[in-house]
Amino acid sequence: MRVVFEKPEAMTDSPMHYCPGCTHGVIHRLVAEAIDSLGIREQTIGVASVGCSVFAYDYFNVDMQQAAHGRAPAVATGIKRVLPDKMVFTYQGDGDLASIGMGEIVHAAARGENITVIFVNNAIYGMTSGQMAPTTLVGQKTATSPRGRSAAETGYPIRMCELLATLDGPSYLARVSSHDTKHIIQAGRAIKKAFEMQQQNKGFAMVEVLSTCSVNWGMTPAKSMEWLAENMIPYYPLGVYKDITAEEGK
Amino acid sequence: MARMLMRGNEALAEAAIRAGCKAFFGYPITPQNEIPGYMAEHLPLRGGVFLQAESEVAAINMVYGAAGAGARVMTSSSSPGISLKQEGISYIAAGELPCVIVNVMRCGPGLGGIHPSQGDYFQAVKGGGHGDYRLIVLAPGSVQEMADLTMLAFELADKWRNPVMILADGTLGQMMEPVEFSAETKSEPVEKPWATTGAVNRKPNVINTLDIVPESLERVNHRLLAKYERIKEEEVRWQAVGVKDADLILVGYGTSARVARSAMEQARRDGLKVGLFRPISLFPFPEKQIRELAKAERQFLVVEMSGGQMVEDVRLAVDGRSPVHFTNRLGGMVPTPEEVLEKVESILEGRGN
Amino acid sequence: MRGQVIVDQERCKECSLCITACPHDVLRISAAINSKGYHPVEAYQPENCTGCTFCATICPDVALTIMRKRPERK
Ligand SMILES: Cc1ncc(C[n+]2csc(CCOP(=O)(O)OP(=O)(O)O)c2C)c(N)n1
Repeated sequence: MRVVFEKPEAMTDSPMHYCPGCTHGVIHRLVAEAIDSLGIREQTIGVASVGCSVFAYDYFNVDMQQAAHGRAPAVATGIKRVLPDKMVFTYQGDGDLASIGMGEIVHAAARGENITVIFVNNAIYGMTSGQMAPTTLVGQKTATSPRGRSAAETGYPIRMCELLATLDGPSYLARVSSHDTKHIIQAGRAIKKAFEMQQQNKGFAMVEVLSTCSVNWGMTPAKSMEWLAENMIPYYPLGVYKDITAEEGK
Repeated sequence: MARMLMRGNEALAEAAIRAGCKAFFGYPITPQNEIPGYMAEHLPLRGGVFLQAESEVAAINMVYGAAGAGARVMTSSSSPGISLKQEGISYIAAGELPCVIVNVMRCGPGLGGIHPSQGDYFQAVKGGGHGDYRLIVLAPGSVQEMADLTMLAFELADKWRNPVMILADGTLGQMMEPVEFSAETKSEPVEKPWATTGAVNRKPNVINTLDIVPESLERVNHRLLAKYERIKEEEVRWQAVGVKDADLILVGYGTSARVARSAMEQARRDGLKVGLFRPISLFPFPEKQIRELAKAERQFLVVEMSGGQMVEDVRLAVDGRSPVHFTNRLGGMVPTPEEVLEKVESILEGRGN
Repeated sequence: MRGQVIVDQERCKECSLCITACPHDVLRISAAINSKGYHPVEAYQPENCTGCTFCATICPDVALTIMRKRPERK
């Protein structure tokens, strides 16, 4: 017998603090696997954001910086500009990236900043116990939309991939999901591709991973996976929104 | 190198490059625009990176990233922009990241105006952002000092692993004076084994300011406070002129000190025993030095372009040993030597305030 | 037995996602309790395991290591 699946080297031995069934853990592993498969662990500097993944610096076995809420793309820019040969990634939630950090992500994308962004969209603020996020679906109940998100009062959820795809800076934008094994494997490929884009100096690459927050959604982990597939994917269609290498190939 | 006539902001920028500044991140705001302008022109040609950020918030967080990656890095702004940077500055202080932050103060509050002011003293020396931390704050009083203190700022930042602020004002930024640059970088590049440069043959480095265990964060707080105490011991800088026999000592920094100096010189010509004490480091504040000068038969007059901020620190230092008076101009107005002299005369003639 | 699941009992949080993902009914929640108070999963029908890695792929806590028999050379 041989080992066909084990914890990647780019992950530390620390057990993760996430709630049972939280897909942050899956996405961490996919990022670590991408780093391992490209052999870039010693060249990589990660930027943890503020949100449930704030402790990511304990879980990735690479150099890490912890950024202020929303500012990970700016911090990553600072690192990448002074260490252009290193691989720099951010790991951000939807509140972090699409609300308080909207300015930083849009401008990092517009500059074509040569970094990799892992964007975890769980349609809610996890860490602060379940408030409405910029990605909360219309009708979805949260701590601050207790009667369900009303479009009349709070507008509509933001589709980040589509929004950033209007810019010339990004090299690769993809939306993937973490709700079942098939999609997780696809997500892993997209994440690896987003690191390859940086390696080839193609510029800004982002993978949006649809993910769950079973505790704040008030469902079991298994039920959350179904809810994601049934409710999030129709509003947030999966796919590649930009890939300059595909365009180059044409 | 020969003396050259330079604008304060440009002398500061040139000094930063000579001090080995490798990255500059900033956002336009008057009256400091010559700094990013100079950096954009020269830094990329001399081995560094210039980037105009999308906001002051982004700029200070870029500074965090670059400083954490081990580079000598600087940002500059003016009052409203510095307010916007405060969260980031707090993180930088907590992460013990060396960097230089320039505030070419303009008048406020609010959008205020673009004319010079010293209204950000409290913000600069008392922390400014959230949590218990201090910046090292240096206050230049001439174009030459805009250059010299900037070089020093980079050294102190690395030495103490602490953000250093240059607290200047619109007058110092805009005025032209001859300036001379000492030999290229005085300091050797510093080893930064803690920086995030890629974990090659070592455990990963982490730049982090989160610590949710109170016992543990309290230890961090104590360590930082102890560092600030050592800084107070070792890094106090000031200038004292004609204080020995003085009946009245003028106290001012930056542009106010220049005005006070002119007033002092005129007073001396008029036969009045007036001296000048100029804090150069505002944090650490030259508290002991002022206290040693305080005695019953002597008075102090603090000159500021603020509603009365540094005067509080002077009062704390004097601790009731001498009367402390205050004079100021606000809103972008610079006090004139005549105004200050008039105040000096009225105090010495016992007309009081 | 073509494959084998090894459970890191301390990392497992009893979320059960692996159980739903397993196509061969290998896993179940065990009676054991780990230091965090969770009942970690166990391979109660290990002979069914093909080493397909579905369980490990969905495990959010990287608690599962999978072994597989080398394919016979033809
Ligand atoms: C300036 C600032 N504002 C607010 C917060 C509080 N805060 C911490 S995490 C968070 C939301 C995080 O949500 P998200 O980015 O969606 O990540 P998740 O926790 O869901 O993974 C907020 C508002 C903060 N730390 N800093």
